[in-house]
Amino acid sequence: MGIENIIGEALPEVLTTRLDSLINWARKSSLWPATFGLACCAIEMMNATSSRNDLARFGAEVFRASPRQADVMIVSGRVSRKMAPVLRRIYDQMPEPKWVISMGACATSGGVFDNYAIVQGVDKIVPVDVYIPGCPPRPEMLIHAVMMLQDKVMKDSVRDHKDIPEAEARHALTPGTLPVTDGSTLGPATAESRPYTIASRHERRRSS
Amino acid sequence: MSAGLQNEQPATPSQLVTALQSEHPDWVTEFTEALGEVTAVVPRAYIVEVCSLLKTPAAGEFNFLADLCGVDRGVEEEPRFEVNYHLFSTIRYHRLRLKVLLSENDVHVPTVTGVWRTANWHERETYDLVGIIFDGHPDLRRILLPDDWQGHALRKDFPLRGYEPYSLK
Amino acid sequence: MSTSVNIPPQLEVVDRPLDTQMTISMGPQHPSTHGVLRIELVLDGEMVVKATPDIGYLHTGMEKLFEYKKYQQGIVITDRMDYLNPLGNNLAYVMAAEKLLELEIPERAQTIRVLFCELQRIASHLVWLGTHALDLGAMTVFFYCFREREKILNLIEAASGGRLTPSYFRIGGLMMDLPPGFERRVKQFLDGFPKALDDFKKLLTGNRIFQKRTQDIGRISAEDAIDWGLSGPSLRGSGVALDIRRANPYSGYENYDFEIATEPGGDVWARYLVRMREMEESQKIVTQALSRLRSGPVKADAPKVVLPDREAMKTHMDALIHHFLIVAEGFDVPQGEVYHAIEASKGELGVYIKSDGGPKPFRVHFRGPSFVNLSALPDLCRGAMIADVVAIIGSLDIVLGEIDR
Repeated sequence: MGIENIIGEALPEVLTTRLDSLINWARKSSLWPATFGLACCAIEMMNATSSRNDLARFGAEVFRASPRQADVMIVSGRVSRKMAPVLRRIYDQMPEPKWVISMGACATSGGVFDNYAIVQGVDKIVPVDVYIPGCPPRPEMLIHAVMMLQDKVMKDSVRDHKDIPEAEARHALTPGTLPVTDGSTLGPATAESRPYTIASRHERRRSS
Repeated sequence: MSAGLQNEQPATPSQLVTALQSEHPDWVTEFTEALGEVTAVVPRAYIVEVCSLLKTPAAGEFNFLADLCGVDRGVEEEPRFEVNYHLFSTIRYHRLRLKVLLSENDVHVPTVTGVWRTANWHERETYDLVGIIFDGHPDLRRILLPDDWQGHALRKDFPLRGYEPYSLK
Repeated sequence: MSTSVNIPPQLEVVDRPLDTQMTISMGPQHPSTHGVLRIELVLDGEMVVKATPDIGYLHTGMEKLFEYKKYQQGIVITDRMDYLNPLGNNLAYVMAAEKLLELEIPERAQTIRVLFCELQRIASHLVWLGTHALDLGAMTVFFYCFREREKILNLIEAASGGRLTPSYFRIGGLMMDLPPGFERRVKQFLDGFPKALDDFKKLLTGNRIFQKRTQDIGRISAEDAIDWGLSGPSLRGSGVALDIRRANPYSGYENYDFEIATEPGGDVWARYLVRMREMEESQKIVTQALSRLRSGPVKADAPKVVLPDREAMKTHMDALIHHFLIVAEGFDVPQGEVYHAIEASKGELGVYIKSDGGPKPFRVHFRGPSFVNLSALPDLCRGAMIADVVAIIGSLDIVLGEIDR
């Protein structure tokens, strides 16, 4: 009785599951982080990938330097106001599906530095999936966070992370956030004097 | 320098400053020695000459500018700002501090990048954080704060948390 | 460099890629810039015409934060500055404050400070070696270095509770004494470390690819190095035998027997050799410090400045009152200004503290060695290729937390 019994007897090599589970299992087992180490937490992240606490056991094998090939962005370290637009741009350059882990007290809420220079929490810039407290958190805590993210990924559905249509992607980010300093003066920087690259079809603005 | 070194061993910084003061009286206005360190207050107009002279072997051989930092003494103080030059000699291993006092309405100092090239970035940082303008600097622009930042962060009237929280807009 | 080819006018293109120079931005998110550093490279093909570093992407406003925190609270912030050498930052700040207060530190505290500073120097050089080799393609060395570094981090954690941000030193001595069995563990580490250094030498020093990528790259002469303010191994790699531990000794360094590692080359290879030898010399200093450890107090005899022991605080009234006052109100530091420099793993780390007589400093300025070392990058990179820029940045051993503060 039941379709699984019939298949089990007639075709023993066939495995039935939900498409979601299969895709989520593949996604969670190969979460490739983008290198976004900013400060001291980056050193603990490097410790988490070294041989003592091996993050590669959990599928986070390669730290991709290019955000276009990465799944998860581990924001490790304090985000200053000058760096915040860069962070947003790197996040936008990651293709779907993407997740963000905010590692350490400074990325979560500004940490020890409640002053003019540090953004008080990276969730003011990008949507965060897992927060890790600590200053800096131990490598074991980062591994626990990756495991929590894997649980979260398993509960996701394929319909949640759809890439947006190309027409919408063309009206993407504000150009020119990085300054070019060749022959600059004492005056303030203006947007018109900056050259910019063409927006890619994968970038989009997400209102946070 | 004619006056100064009669004995065999090299002169200590306080002896050097005393000799400098006796030779050029208006180059050093005040000279203190406390906690094992020698501080000489130099008027703004002569700072480049004093630094060039101190770099020569006869007057101390201070060939290394260890640090250049600006201090805001307080909103109601007069003079309001000071610039400290920390000199070090890699040959004789002694240290000296020069200080230039500036008032609020005239925050210009001649640059010492001609004497030591390392002053370049130190002066940019002092301009960025305290707001002191160095005349003759090859490339005076902000170095640590974003280029379009308003205000100078280390001044005493700049609030600790800034003027507004960060937002993407 | 224009080619002499006759292009008919109807096919003339506006953009002649072989004629112009290209400006690209290396960073701030880049695997090889050792942090959030942005370098504007003006390139002629692959050759660098001009390299301008653009910093400030990690500016934390620490110097302003110090003015709002009492002296003891400020020690925690110094950890996060040069995060590979936090005990060195602690030491510089604490010694500058002790100079203002004119405190005398007991000998056991000084010996333990030297021991930890040298262990921290080895740990910092291990990260330098791992990341530098990783940038140049040697991935195995990265894992070996971090394996050795875990042992040192275990030692620091055993004494202070924190791996990367220990805050172990206090104004007047140490936070608390060493745990029992500590000397044995340090000896265990020291027994295994020479073999690890041998491994690194076998992997890198004799490696022809590594040699080709580092010899004759990024040369700087001794006079230029002093003019640009370089210090530490970057200066000693150009032949200048300057070490603050010998020039202005502090914390008992005059009693230790070690050599200053110097190489005359001035290129990336010379700086590599200097740092490898420095690791050996630090090992010698740690062995000597271990043999010099005698029992004694680890905090200075200044009840108004140094926190009392927990047992004394729980049983004696005056100790309780002092503890409360130090923690709640802080201690007043006499008016004055002081500049104290130590030899951190990157170079001369100088602290300038100006005090106005209150419990919080009036102005604290850190002279970060990486800040000054990086300012020489335009000079070093002229005429190099892009891949050499990566090698030069690695050889300067920069830490962005110290540059941007």
